[in-house]
Amino acid sequence: MSQTITIDPVTRLEGHGKITIQLNAQGEVEDAHFHVTQVRGFEKFCEGRPFYEMPSLMARICGICPVSHLVASAKACEAIMSVRIPHTAAQLRRMLNLAQMVQSHALSFFYLSSPDLLLGMESDPANRHIFGVVAAKPELGRAGVALRRFGQHIIELLGNKRIHPGWVVPGGVTEPLAEAKRDEILAMLPEAYAAMDLALSAYKQIAATFKPEIEVFANFPSNYLSLINEDESIEFTDGALRMIDPQGNILEDGITAARYTEVIGEAVEPYSYTKFAYYKPLGYPEGSYRVGPLARLNIVKSMGTPKAEKELAEFKQLASGPVESSFFYHHARLVEMVYGIEKIEQILNDPRILDKQVRATAGVNRLEGAGQAEAPRGTLSHHYKVDENGKMVWANLIIATGQNNNAMNKGVLQAAKHYVKDGKFTEGILNRVEAVVRTFDPCLSCSTHAFGQMPLVLSLVSADGELVDQVVR
Amino acid sequence: MSDAVEVKTLIIDEQEVSARRGQTILEVARENEIYIPTLCHMEGLSDVGACRMCLVEIKGSKKLLPACVATVFEGMEVSTNTERLKQHRRTILELLFAERNHICSVCVANGHCELQTLGQEQGLTHIRLPYRNPQLTVDASNERFTIDHNRCILCTRCVRVCAEIEGAHVWDVMGRGINSIVITDLHEDWGSSSCTRCGKCVQVCPTGALFDKSKVGTDHPKNPEFLPYLNLMREAQ
Repeated sequence: MSQTITIDPVTRLEGHGKITIQLNAQGEVEDAHFHVTQVRGFEKFCEGRPFYEMPSLMARICGICPVSHLVASAKACEAIMSVRIPHTAAQLRRMLNLAQMVQSHALSFFYLSSPDLLLGMESDPANRHIFGVVAAKPELGRAGVALRRFGQHIIELLGNKRIHPGWVVPGGVTEPLAEAKRDEILAMLPEAYAAMDLALSAYKQIAATFKPEIEVFANFPSNYLSLINEDESIEFTDGALRMIDPQGNILEDGITAARYTEVIGEAVEPYSYTKFAYYKPLGYPEGSYRVGPLARLNIVKSMGTPKAEKELAEFKQLASGPVESSFFYHHARLVEMVYGIEKIEQILNDPRILDKQVRATAGVNRLEGAGQAEAPRGTLSHHYKVDENGKMVWANLIIATGQNNNAMNKGVLQAAKHYVKDGKFTEGILNRVEAVVRTFDPCLSCSTHAFGQMPLVLSLVSADGELVDQVVR
Repeated sequence: MSDAVEVKTLIIDEQEVSARRGQTILEVARENEIYIPTLCHMEGLSDVGACRMCLVEIKGSKKLLPACVATVFEGMEVSTNTERLKQHRRTILELLFAERNHICSVCVANGHCELQTLGQEQGLTHIRLPYRNPQLTVDASNERFTIDHNRCILCTRCVRVCAEIEGAHVWDVMGRGINSIVITDLHEDWGSSSCTRCGKCVQVCPTGALFDKSKVGTDHPKNPEFLPYLNLMREAQ
């Protein structure tokens, strides 16, 4: 008799989702799905609103990565205004976006995933959380808290608010950077570098003990997509997109925000409110791809900052072509954090960073505009259409988590097939299935735009549809 | 005897004060630094008593009177801050918040809004009434300004400033009761109306209903202080 295992809710990720694992009559895993179970409706209720309100409205999608939405939305608005923002404004936004990347990655690595990595997949779930980490490894716990504070404090210094700063607006930012604030950020850098050294060496020690997980944590060939600069270095705010195939060959390059929807399609599956993005020329699901830290490091040729450059070289040694196991999202995340801190330092030393020219103004000069940026979790696109008075008539957002959706589902299936044998499983085994999803650091509330409360459930369902076991959180 | 020297003595909140004949309770209270909350009142414009935030109790009268339009009389005893008044003020604010769609977090006036400030000041912690969530429009046809009816509280400051100070009388009120809205000309688009684009209505609007298109996020303080000076200059001429 077949059965279904349900993990509901999947814990330690942003938003609410569940996993179901379908078993056949022999108790073998037949299929597995990661479900995102809410709908939010931002694309719909923004209709009729003035377009220049979009950055602050769309940022409300997420409290973790509001800056990415602010930036992508402001860029879409600037396409409508047909303006190029001042250099200093672009640099300030880049710094804001990097600060958010650092704090978001710190959240993902230390708060959400390090309990599995440092305390063990099988450790007592009652203590498998950030407080357990702080108790067991106080220095690492402190480093995690310090790195998150580092990012959040920069956001607060620049935008006057840690979450949803109103500072990023269509055309640039509302006020220039004060010298005192620049100096305060510069003074925070040594502690951040020290925390990263600690985190990287701890991770590298741990990773060696996770070889079995690395083998089955969404470890398969796929395409990858991310922003990249013309000199092939990593980029989070500007640049254009590149897509590579499983061997690392370029499938498409120089994808601008305006062309994005020409090459990226969105498929729908009945079991999830999150769409499944795919590369149109290859169709769905063959054109599925991964985004985020792993994709970015697989695509770029350099980081452009010394410490991160060294780390990238080490990362590239993990495989001859693109690094395939999603377990290495954790590694890539740490490398990006090093880059983030170094790049913030570079930007602060830009001789024009204190310039007062930080905003371009214009009205509606085009009826359609798109903007893209790298959110911590991957590529983010905002695409708007407006009427001649600038009121929104249509919006489409393509979120990182939607682009990783296919890989997350495949990864859950791969891990479930490996771990669930003869219909038997333990809490530790199910935690590993959840941990596969955590490597991607999905943001479900971003990807579904959620309504109401829907916690995470893992269910085991038999071949005749009967529920065999369920873990509800 | 001229009006200016005919003095009335009265008591406001147990404080003996003197006033000139014809002065409103609000004027006298403000001269004596006694605080009465207001919303539709604006220094430099006529008063209409629309919002009822400034209601006060008068000894010997069962009715509550709006301080902005009620004039003083000899021996009057006024209370401005009783429990009953506080409750009424909170209810008025709740009605205003429930009537249209006031979403502070994404409003241009966030942090500079008189409705928001009053809510905080009057201890409003939640709205007991169901929200009406009406479907209202945004008119962005004016090249410089936008009106978002979702945030309008029908204080009619825009109507008064346009008629009394600018002299254009582009704004007025259409409809009855809860269906009232402010309109430009005979309900034409603001952009094609006879508006002079002076922007006074934007500066006197207490909420984010009227705003400058170049102001986004929460960087939109209003500066209505010019009104009394404009009036003074006109009187001097």
